[in-house]
Amino acid sequence: MIAIVDYGLGNVQAIANIYQRLNITVRRASTPAELAGADRFILPGVGAFDWAMTRLNDSGMREPLDAAVRAGQLVLGICVGMQMMGEGSDEGHLPGLGWVPGRVRRLTAPPGSVLPLPHMGWNDVSARPGGLFEKLEAPPRFYFLHSYYFEPTHQADVLATAEYPRPFAAAVQRDQVLGVQFHPEKSHGWGIQLLRNFAEAPC
Amino acid sequence: MLRPRIIPSLLIHNQGLVKTTAFAAPKYVGDPINAVRIFNDKEVDELSVFDIDATVTGRPPDYGLIQRLAAECRMPLCYGGGVTTEAQFGEIVSLGVEKVAVSAAAIADPGLVTRAAAMVGGQSVVVVLDVKRRQGGYEVFTHNGRTATGLDAVETARRMADAGAGELVINAIDQDGAMQGYDQTLVAAVRAAVTVPLTILGGCGSLAHMAGLFRDHGTIGAAAGSLFVFKGVYRAVLINYPARADRDALVAGARS
Repeated sequence: MIAIVDYGLGNVQAIANIYQRLNITVRRASTPAELAGADRFILPGVGAFDWAMTRLNDSGMREPLDAAVRAGQLVLGICVGMQMMGEGSDEGHLPGLGWVPGRVRRLTAPPGSVLPLPHMGWNDVSARPGGLFEKLEAPPRFYFLHSYYFEPTHQADVLATAEYPRPFAAAVQRDQVLGVQFHPEKSHGWGIQLLRNFAEAPC
Repeated sequence: MLRPRIIPSLLIHNQGLVKTTAFAAPKYVGDPINAVRIFNDKEVDELSVFDIDATVTGRPPDYGLIQRLAAECRMPLCYGGGVTTEAQFGEIVSLGVEKVAVSAAAIADPGLVTRAAAMVGGQSVVVVLDVKRRQGGYEVFTHNGRTATGLDAVETARRMADAGAGELVINAIDQDGAMQGYDQTLVAAVRAAVTVPLTILGGCGSLAHMAGLFRDHGTIGAAAGSLFVFKGVYRAVLINYPARADRDALVAGARS
């Protein structure tokens, strides 16, 4: 069963609604006890990096999630939830969860140009075939809303890229830890299929 | 490729959805939750909902309504109305809203924008500027266009961007409900002053108006009220939105 980590940030209910329509059982977990028994986890997130880290640390659910990652259970981070999986962010001072080696950086313009920030709206994503991006109507597009992006240390951990204006990691995967910078819960059919793929991914 | 956004902008008054003309004469157009469901099916890019009663009556945001809207929305949601503190930004974001809009309170205290951005991130802080054409420029109004601030619109836009706003919604009061096209002079003036994402509201009466906006300003948000809730010259209520293929053609045409 999927547990959606509810630490007061991110659109838990919208994710739950999509799974309900797909007839997939999910549980909103706002305490460590409510995480017990789940075999995969979704870590949503909206907001500034330190605020999100603080809320997660205060929720008491960080340690059980660390343990789940160590045990090789599937975790999907969304937006800031993905960024928190790194070692830290240029947006804040607190350390990240350290599940995926890498750091969160600010999007920048090439020299001599101006880049509107945040990166806001629907953008194309090119992904490695299969897995999370299986059976998506081509070309996949997703809704982004962010000024910072996750830069994995190992290029092999990049699962998908988008361009703004340079390519950046739109999705990462390291073993059973997955993250997407966009909002699948707000990306219509593409996001619904991606969430279904996560639910059906082999453990 | 980052696409321009086509955004239905809905107004809530006395619990129902309404559409105004020049910020007056609200006409009832339906139930908010029902409208969200229809817009889900039409796969809209993004949705904005403004509670136009909250600030003028001095009441806080209706969290119950916001929670229902956020849970129902399968597209990104921007909520505005009655927000005066950074704690309210936090509360609304925690209900699952991607973007929180503020107007009067930010104009009175731009520090609110900075404090809210530190908490929820600048990407979720939207400032709405309701503006009216004046001799030699545009003036910012608040409280549904009833309160003149004496502030210049372009200068205020710059100030809000500097304070940390992640997006500005520029709403032309003179054009509201007229469906005669966006005020391109206004858009050009604001565009030249700030680099944050902009969404333009007020006056859109056709997809051609949006195409013109994209042609002149590239990736920008094109919002409309009347266009997406009325059909035909008699303004019959019919919630509508262009199909994906039509939107893609419109964006491609504007880029060629």
